[in-house]
Amino acid sequence: MKIGTKAAILAAVSAFAVGAAGPAKAQNLTMAVGAQITSLDPHYHALSPNFAVATMIFDTLTQFDADARMEPGLAESWKVVSPTAWEFKLRPNVRFHNGNPFTAEDVAFTIGRVPQVPNSPSSYAIYTRAIERVEVVDPLTVRFHTRSPYPVLPNDLAQVAILDRETHDQASTDDFNSGKVAIGTGPFRYVDFRSGERLRLERNEEYWGDKAHWNAVDYRVVVNDSARTAGVLAGDVDFIDQVPTSDITALKRDERVKLAEKDGLRIIFLALDHLHPEGSPQITDKDGKPLGKNPLLDVRVRRALSMAIDRQAIASRVMEGAAKPAGQFLPEGAFGHVPGLDAPKADPEAAKKLLAEAGYPDGFRITLSGPNDRYMNDGRIVQAIGQMWTRIGIRTTVDAQPWTAFISRAGRQELSAFLVGWGTASGEASSPLRSLVASYNRDKGFGFSNRGRYANPAMDAKLEAALAELDDGKREALLQEATTIAMQDVGIIPIHIQKNLWAMRPTLTHESRADELTRAQDVRPVAAR
Amino acid sequence: MSVYLLRRLLQSVLVMLAMSVIVFVGVFAIGDPVEILISPDADQMERERAIKALGLDLPLWMQYLSFLGNALRGDLGRSFVFNEPALQLILQRMPATLELALGATIMALIIGLPLGLYAGLKPKSPLSSTIMAGSILGFSLPTFWVGLMLIMVFAVQLGWLPSTGRGPTVEVLGMRWSFLTWDGLRHLAMPALNLALFKISLVIRLTRAGVRETMLMDYVKFARAKGLSPARVTYVHVFKNILIPVVTVVGLELGSTIAFSVVTESVFAWPGMGKLIIDSINVLDRPVIVAYLMMIVLMFITINLLVDLAYSALDPRVRLENK
Repeated sequence: MKIGTKAAILAAVSAFAVGAAGPAKAQNLTMAVGAQITSLDPHYHALSPNFAVATMIFDTLTQFDADARMEPGLAESWKVVSPTAWEFKLRPNVRFHNGNPFTAEDVAFTIGRVPQVPNSPSSYAIYTRAIERVEVVDPLTVRFHTRSPYPVLPNDLAQVAILDRETHDQASTDDFNSGKVAIGTGPFRYVDFRSGERLRLERNEEYWGDKAHWNAVDYRVVVNDSARTAGVLAGDVDFIDQVPTSDITALKRDERVKLAEKDGLRIIFLALDHLHPEGSPQITDKDGKPLGKNPLLDVRVRRALSMAIDRQAIASRVMEGAAKPAGQFLPEGAFGHVPGLDAPKADPEAAKKLLAEAGYPDGFRITLSGPNDRYMNDGRIVQAIGQMWTRIGIRTTVDAQPWTAFISRAGRQELSAFLVGWGTASGEASSPLRSLVASYNRDKGFGFSNRGRYANPAMDAKLEAALAELDDGKREALLQEATTIAMQDVGIIPIHIQKNLWAMRPTLTHESRADELTRAQDVRPVAAR
Repeated sequence: MSVYLLRRLLQSVLVMLAMSVIVFVGVFAIGDPVEILISPDADQMERERAIKALGLDLPLWMQYLSFLGNALRGDLGRSFVFNEPALQLILQRMPATLELALGATIMALIIGLPLGLYAGLKPKSPLSSTIMAGSILGFSLPTFWVGLMLIMVFAVQLGWLPSTGRGPTVEVLGMRWSFLTWDGLRHLAMPALNLALFKISLVIRLTRAGVRETMLMDYVKFARAKGLSPARVTYVHVFKNILIPVVTVVGLELGSTIAFSVVTESVFAWPGMGKLIIDSINVLDRPVIVAYLMMIVLMFITINLLVDLAYSALDPRVRLENK
């Protein structure tokens, strides 16, 4: 029996162990991404991983290149024809995967469908709301009439995947997920989708643009960071995104992989409580007694808090180089970036002086909150800032929580100071200005993510003027002025702009995108370039 | 017997009701699903629409009552995130978890029983000490760490096994199973072993304790005195009697493996129910959380029942009516 047992164990072990991973075929690509795909319906849930998938199967009228500059998609050109009308010329001879031709009727149908998707937890209607009416001029010309002058319409339309009227009339979200109607004009065709596991695609041979290199793509969801890194090291996958910064050093030395990085459009910043003038919920004096007023309403205090932060140290040590210190929302080159508005230099001594001037020579106590599972190294950044603030005399308690709990509290204005991030997918400054620092106003749709309730009428006025300005040059100047006002008033405290990281086999090359999207058409073999 | 079953059924309905209330209140206390699901580009109008679309505009008790009403008709709600019926989502992921849990349990029995038997029969031998020391490791090493080490050694260094994911599947009885293909088995090996490690140790310890205790029993001495072969004494008389605690524990463990293999599933990117529940908790997808936990309660109740039935089969002295 002893022998029998041993044999059984051996057999069991060897049955599992034998055989090595075969090399992936040259024409196939296996990718592992860190974020969940929740739906293949491109209008169901506005979420960047879903949109990345949508841009593989579908197309949009306008689109962003890797540097977040707008370029033609299914529309060849567009122009303003009256203050409230845009005319788009469509690309001829484009066909959907099932052979149906793409025409202006499909555009009109798509704009009509977007707000109608049932049960959507976050609708793409925010990108089509400005459109009052779609006018089909001829099969390849379409006019969008807006309620008021709306300069960012082309930016918004870059988020809206175009569907086929014939195929998608009455199509439900389930029909997309089952693959029945996952039919677009994009560079890949649907093969198979397992929610939470993988999406399989094949090349669209009839694609109107640059054809993708890969015959077949296996797009897997691997949420665990270590597992993704192990996957690319073991050669099970060819390509991964969201490389954890703690792995950067090891991966750079490893010959089995190479890294690609790109300055992103996601800013990490601190928001401060402006809502409670009679005393912020998490601020007390040194003895734990209420202050009777909110020190954060004093711009000198805000400036001191910003100057206390050594952004360079956070970028190089906490982020291992995967971040750039920031002094405004957008990186250089983006629309509305203010040249010369750089990250404030760390100066604890000057910060202390400012605090004394503001009437807080001994500082005060504050709680700094933040998520610990949302942004790269978020929990550690919050800790580092807490120490820097304590150094200038503001005794900081650090409270890092899971995103689910944290964001609900921030949304209820229960926090005094907290770290969040903002990705500007459109690469255009009106998006962060409008959501993060404009005064909270339901009717205008301003300040939706302005959880600290910062308010500055001068900034609001500039922004509103910019949002109605159709001339790009004038609009950019207005956005720059608005940004300068908000930053000089320390409406938020910018920390850094993240770099996006990908890792892949050394034989591959990646056109890395500023907007963080991970897509199969951006990956090619080195030789094919 | 039927009275016993009825009482069990009533109990389980009550437990499930309590569970659904706890989850409803719990998710409500953690945070606001809309805050997490909504696009940051949205505005206040869009937020109001989303709250309405997900039915979160009603007071909590009304949401609960409408949930109960639908549940009685077999509809546990639609996932906020996937817009699919919660139950269907869970059932889709079930085969993956089941094959993982069963694979781990089978490994635990195949490896744990013989080793435990050996350690019990020859407690003094050096091999036994090694086995027992090894079982302590199996108990105390965290699953998360062991999983990563397995990946590092067998996938990254040696390249024998795939690092993550589930292999190709074959459809049987309308469900997709991966253990029927060779590549599927290779994908299954590491996560199953990772999950089994704790169980192997448990089975070893239980078996050894049982054997050592039983070997001293009068009936074993008598069997020996009767001149039965050592093999017959061990495998018929001893083995059968030590199985009762093993069956209990393995049964309960199977339940907790199916319900809570969260860590292993996320380390190995195994698309099972554990991963679904953790993903759902991360986005406060309440319909899925409620449906999942209610199913788990049901499963535990069923497993307990089956264990009780197995008792009565293994030990003629146990009669369910008397309980």
